[in-house]
This record gives sequence, structure tokens and C-alpha cells, in this order.
Amino acid sequence: MKTWLSWLSAALFAILLSGCGYNQFQSSDESVKAAWGEVVNQYQRRADLVPNLVNTVKGYAAHERETLEGVTKARAAATSIQVTPEVLNDPQAFERFQQAQGQLTQALSRLLAVSENYPQLKADGLFRELQSQLEGTENRITVARQRYIKSVQEYNVLARSFPTNLTAKMFGYPVRPSFTVDNEKAISNAPAVNFGK
Amino acid sequence: MRLRSTSANSIGAIARWLTGLGLACCFLLAGAQDLAAVPPLQARVTDTVGMLTPAQRSTLENVLKEQEDRTGNQIAVLLMASTAPESIEQFSIRVADAWKLGRKGVDDGVILVVARDNTPALRRLRIEAGRGVQGSLTDAQSRRILDDVIAPHFRQNDFYGGLSAGVSAIAALVSKENLPAPAPRAQQASEETGIGSWLPFLLFALFFIVPMFTRGRRRSQLGGNDWGRTAGIILGSGIGSSIGSRGGFGGGGFGGGGGGGGGGGFSGGGGGFDGGGASGNW
Repeated sequence: MKTWLSWLSAALFAILLSGCGYNQFQSSDESVKAAWGEVVNQYQRRADLVPNLVNTVKGYAAHERETLEGVTKARAAATSIQVTPEVLNDPQAFERFQQAQGQLTQALSRLLAVSENYPQLKADGLFRELQSQLEGTENRITVARQRYIKSVQEYNVLARSFPTNLTAKMFGYPVRPSFTVDNEKAISNAPAVNFGK
Repeated sequence: MRLRSTSANSIGAIARWLTGLGLACCFLLAGAQDLAAVPPLQARVTDTVGMLTPAQRSTLENVLKEQEDRTGNQIAVLLMASTAPESIEQFSIRVADAWKLGRKGVDDGVILVVARDNTPALRRLRIEAGRGVQGSLTDAQSRRILDDVIAPHFRQNDFYGGLSAGVSAIAALVSKENLPAPAPRAQQASEETGIGSWLPFLLFALFFIVPMFTRGRRRSQLGGNDWGRTAGIILGSGIGSSIGSRGGFGGGGFGGGGGGGGGGGFSGGGGGFDGGGASGNW
């Protein structure tokens, strides 16, 4: 009798552990972390490109000081944020990270727009090289963000649907934040085009 | 009478609702199909618009095959009419994820995409470089190949000349990379399905599950504790499920990875892409 009970409870426990998605959480959690690591890695890659780019532009367009300083400041702000895996459990920290990187994106696009006015700069070999590297890295960031969004989606579905949400509560797997479009409002408003100047 | 009419009404409402739902589903499906479809990977050169003659195509394929035999690196060329509404980068990363060119773990695949009728804003040329070749085929080098090697030919409508020069330039750069030597096919296949993946399970069966049964029988007469057994079951079920999932993964991965060269077909080896590369126009 006693042995029967113990066999039964052991089997139940085993079924419970695999049936309530504990193992799924392990793999899903790891894939979210891996995807996040790739995102951070690619942002870091972009930050590493910035000093060279700024110096090259400075050589031709030194009096665009405001734009150059904007890029340098945005880079400093973006790299000053401590990125640990714990950021994933803290929506506010995640938001800060996203905002800082978004500002660097804007500053960089302003810099590239300004550089269009300097034919000599555009012909510079180093500048062209840096520009294509920046372009490639921006695309890498897009891809990494996309993959992160996808893996977080899978994870969050697991963390919110029944019965796996009970497992999530029990073992502490919170719903994770995902990337959003920075300027949601600006996109949904039609741009005003004004030719009369 | 009244009751019947209301029930008929409600049936009508349900029917309308169902057709509405069906229509909505159709629209959703249609929405998903709006994106340009990724062509199936059947050869190293996939020409969906007839930019090349069959002879030119097979010449290019031979060059690419020779490159793979020599260095193990997989290069594919995809010629499309258009990738609209996506830009060529968004389309080509989908192609890369679907084709999985390059060896698994080495990630040495390269895809050259041409979208002939794209608007310049969507870009018409793209080199998608696997992670493993980005040391020598950097973004800047890719850009240079597109702008300085391929584009001048394409501007004179010499598509074959541009592609063959571009492919040679890519192959030359990738060859500088310190890639692991290509493995003979037979060895790769045996590695995937060998006993290696089952070994942990067998060992566990030997050390935990078998003693569990024998000892369990002996102890139950003595009224001993059940912890050994319990642990055995938990561990056993955990391992069983992990083996099960691995089996499923192997099945999927093998289909993508094993085939290369088998029966004249061509398939990717499971390489990964991170979106690196360059886009250009002509």
C-alpha cells in the first residue's frame, strides 16, 4: 500500500513538473536571454563605431559642432546605462535603455543628413567605409530586435496562459518587456507638408 | 410561431457571423501573403525572372559548387523581380532564415540577392553575409563589391557579367577567412545519427533505472525508504523528455542540414545570419 502510494506520488510529481511547463520555461527563458544578449551586442557594436565616425566627419565639417556634440552626448548616455540580464525583469530600466539607444539613432541620422552637404566628406574612403558599416549594424540591430520580440512573445504567452502562469508565479518568471516603436504618436499622425516658405 | 422566427433569426445571425469570421480569416491570410514569398532552395542559383540563360546559370553554379567543395562555404544567388512591399534587407533576412546556408556553427553562408524591379528606395542589390565570414567579407567590402564590381556591369544590362564578377569577388574574400576544412559527407551523416546522443540516456538507464527496479523489489520487503526510487523516476522522466525533444529537433535539423549534395539537390547546412552585409543599387 505504502509503496503504491509513493510510486503514484512520484509519477504525479514528474508529470506535474513537465506538464506545467517548467522545462518549457527553462528553454524559453534562455532563448529570451540569448536574444537579448544579441541585441545588446549589436548596440555595443554601433557605439564602438561612433567615435571614428565623429572624428572623420570632424575633419571635413568641424563647424557642425552642435550635431557632432549631440552624437557624442547621446553615445555617452547610451553606453552609461548598465546592461545586465536583470534589465529584462525591470520594465523601467528596459524603457530607459530603449530611449537612450533611440536618441543615439536620431543623433546619428542627423549626422548622416548633415554630411550630405559635404561632397568631399562623402567622397572620403574612410567615411564611406564607416557609413556602410553603420548601415550594416543598424540592420543587424533591426534583426536582433525582431528576434528578441519573437522570443519574448513566445515566453510571455507561456507566462500568461493557464496553467503555465501558475508555474511562472511559483518560480518567479515575470512577463518580460518588449520593444515598441519610439515615436508611436508621430507615426500615427499624418506629417504636415508645407511648401510655402 | 414567434419562437420559431426568433430562432430562425438567431440562426441567420450566427450564419452571418460565421461568414464574417471566415471572410476576416481570408483577409488575414491574404494580408500575410502580400509579402513576397521566399522561393524554395533547390539550386545554388535561383532565377525566378529569367535573367540568365541556362548555360550561364550552370556555369555560375559550377563556380559556386567548386567554392563549396574547396572551402566548405555555401554561396547562393537569388534573382527576384521585386521584394515589395518589404525592403530588400527585410526580405533577404527571411530568405536567410529559411535557407540556412552555411555550416551549422561555422555560419559561413552568403546570399547575393538581386531584385530587378525594386524602386531605388527599397534597394535592388544585397549581399547577406553569415556571421562566420564577416571577418573578411565586412559590410564595407560587401558594399564595395556591390557598388564597384556588380553595379557597373548591371548598368549596361550585362547581368551575367556582373553576377559572375561579383560571385568571384565574394568567393575570393571568403577564401581569405580561416574557415574549417570541409568535412566529407559520409562522416557528417554518421555524426548526426550516431550513438553519441543516446549515450547519456543509456548510462542513466544502467546506473539509475535498472538498480531502481532491482533494489526497489528487494527493499520493499525490508520496508526501506523510497527516495532512491522517487529520484530515479523524476530523473528518468526528465531525461526521457529531453531525449524526446532532442529527437524532434534532430529530425528537423537533419532535414535542413544533412542533404547538401545528396541526389543533385542543394540545401543549406544550418548556418545562421545576423543581418550583416550591405545593400546597393545600380
